[in-house]
Amino acid sequence: MRYHVSVQNHDLPVRLISEVLAEHKVDYHLSEDGFLLIEQAISPFQLDLIKSRLEHYYIQLCDEDQSHLIHRIRHILTEMVFKPEPNLKNITQYLSQQMNLSYGYLSSIFSQQAMLSIEKYVILLKIERAKRLILEDRLTLKEISDFLNYSSVGHFSKQFKKTTGLTISSFRRIVRLKKYES
Amino acid sequence: MHIMLADDDSDDRMLFEEALNATGINCQCVFFEDGVSLVEFMKDPQVRQPDILFLDLNMPVKSGIDCLTELRNYAHLKQLSIAIYSTSNAIRDIEQTFTMGANVYINKPSNFQKLTTVLAHVLKMNFQFQQSGLNKETFYLNI
Repeated sequence: MRYHVSVQNHDLPVRLISEVLAEHKVDYHLSEDGFLLIEQAISPFQLDLIKSRLEHYYIQLCDEDQSHLIHRIRHILTEMVFKPEPNLKNITQYLSQQMNLSYGYLSSIFSQQAMLSIEKYVILLKIERAKRLILEDRLTLKEISDFLNYSSVGHFSKQFKKTTGLTISSFRRIVRLKKYES
Repeated sequence: MHIMLADDDSDDRMLFEEALNATGINCQCVFFEDGVSLVEFMKDPQVRQPDILFLDLNMPVKSGIDCLTELRNYAHLKQLSIAIYSTSNAIRDIEQTFTMGANVYINKPSNFQKLTTVLAHVLKMNFQFQQSGLNKETFYLNI
């Protein structure tokens, strides 16, 4: 007998993935945008088994690509620095927790791809936040410096000058002139 | 990275190109010999905008400042990164160019090595701002 094979269900790969992961008793979450999050620690050996089982069905699990990782690092750091009450005390620890990856790994990937170290990137963000705060003109320099977790106004002014090439007072003059011109 | 430079001095243009290559950053640069041809080219909204435009301050006919003012009047060029490239390091000139909408002010370095370092720094900073969607209106870098 001859049959015409008709595959109508586009959820087939999803079902296959669920079955394979169920066989291995793995908790997971499969998002609509194509990400599989394995929600428990599994051994590299078990992961290889799962991968080869899936490859049998022509389904490949690709490592989350690095640009996506960089994007998430940027996002987390920006949120940390720009939220209403920034907590800038344990940045490295927080980042590593959020990403569930070691800081050493994150920092080496970031430096390679983003042309800047994470530390320097955080400084850049802090100075950007400082600029906004100066523009808003509600806090004193001492308050801004405390707000952004600088040890002193002196340290803050120095980092501002080093990052932007301008002193804070020069920055203020430019902002005032700009407002006046527009 | 896509870069543009407007500078009337051919030696300076060559030096700029060599320094750009020496940074090791992958980029293509388009050169303009004067401000008139630059503005003429840029005012067309269909033209592909560079990631950053370097403007020499001292050019005959249309100076860097004139270009800056004219370019910023076009709605499609408000967000363009513009770096002023000048021999002056007078604070008055620096503040004036920032007030008129420059994002970066570069004091032309005296030697090749310095120029390479400065260009690399500016390109990297600009890249950070573009990637992070940071507000370029407060992107002030004086180097």
